[in-house]
Amino acid sequence: MKKTNQKHWYDYLWIASLLYLILGFFNILFAWLGILCFFIPLIISIVRGNKAYCNRYCGRGQLFSLIGGRFGLSRKRDVPRWMKSKAFRYGFLIFFFAMFFQMLWVTGLVFAGAADLRQVVTLLWTFKLPWHWAYHGTLIAPWMAQFAFGFYSVMLTSTVLGLITMILFKPRSWCVYCPMGTMTQLICKARHAGEKNSDKSDFVTEK
Amino acid sequence: MESVRKKRRKARVDETLCVACGCCVKVCPLGAIAVVNGLYARVDTARCVGCGKCAKECPASVIEVQEVEV
Ligand code: SF4
Ligand code: SF4
Ligand code: SF4
Repeated sequence: MKKTNQKHWYDYLWIASLLYLILGFFNILFAWLGILCFFIPLIISIVRGNKAYCNRYCGRGQLFSLIGGRFGLSRKRDVPRWMKSKAFRYGFLIFFFAMFFQMLWVTGLVFAGAADLRQVVTLLWTFKLPWHWAYHGTLIAPWMAQFAFGFYSVMLTSTVLGLITMILFKPRSWCVYCPMGTMTQLICKARHAGEKNSDKSDFVTEK
Repeated sequence: MESVRKKRRKARVDETLCVACGCCVKVCPLGAIAVVNGLYARVDTARCVGCGKCAKECPASVIEVQEVEV
């Protein structure tokens, strides 16, 4: 019988997720790399019509299962019923994107010269954390730095939320309401709408 | 082979609430569960031995191990 729980290169992508957060602490421009976590899952779900990103490659999910599972920093309780409801998941997706576009708007203002660069990271859309040490210069346009601060805020906020629910509930409970996970599932729904689920379905298994 | 009907434990996914994250797939020792088309996870009941590892792992807690007649 084939061994099913073998380790693959992509099982180590949690290192990349961790590195991302660390690097952004020292130089905010690394935050730009985070757009990979937006485009890769989107492209996979649109082109291939599956959630291989979640199922295999997502380093953030791996990081939560490592800290919450292996290191035991989780109560391992069931998430409350409302958290897995469509209303909450879709609602959170909409809220998340509204905040995302607001961040892009601020970047646009800085680009247009209508606002000054603010060297802060906004946690949970509310708390402004000083982060000026991670900004080193004038070589790049201010709007590029503004976007980096904004994007890092998004990533840090979702990590903190994920850590909180990791501790309270199951290690990967962030995946229940993760906007990227919800969105790629919706794209898959649209891609496969009207198909009768045959057994020829595109399985994503660990092989 | 005996002809008596046996009860076996098998995992069952609530497809309407599954978020298709694939956590269950990673822990199943028999490769008996897979995510179909990015929509939800499905159990291959022929291979599932009802160990419950997937149910324990599932962040949405939408897997139940049930007794079924085989
Ligand atoms: S749901 Fe989100 S955090 Fe979980 S695996 Fe998918 S993209 Fe990663
Ligand atoms: S109960 Fe065990 S064998 Fe069955 S699908 Fe879940 S993990 Fe796999
Ligand atoms: S772990 Fe749970 S929510 Fe995730 S794919 Fe498996 S059954 Fe669905």
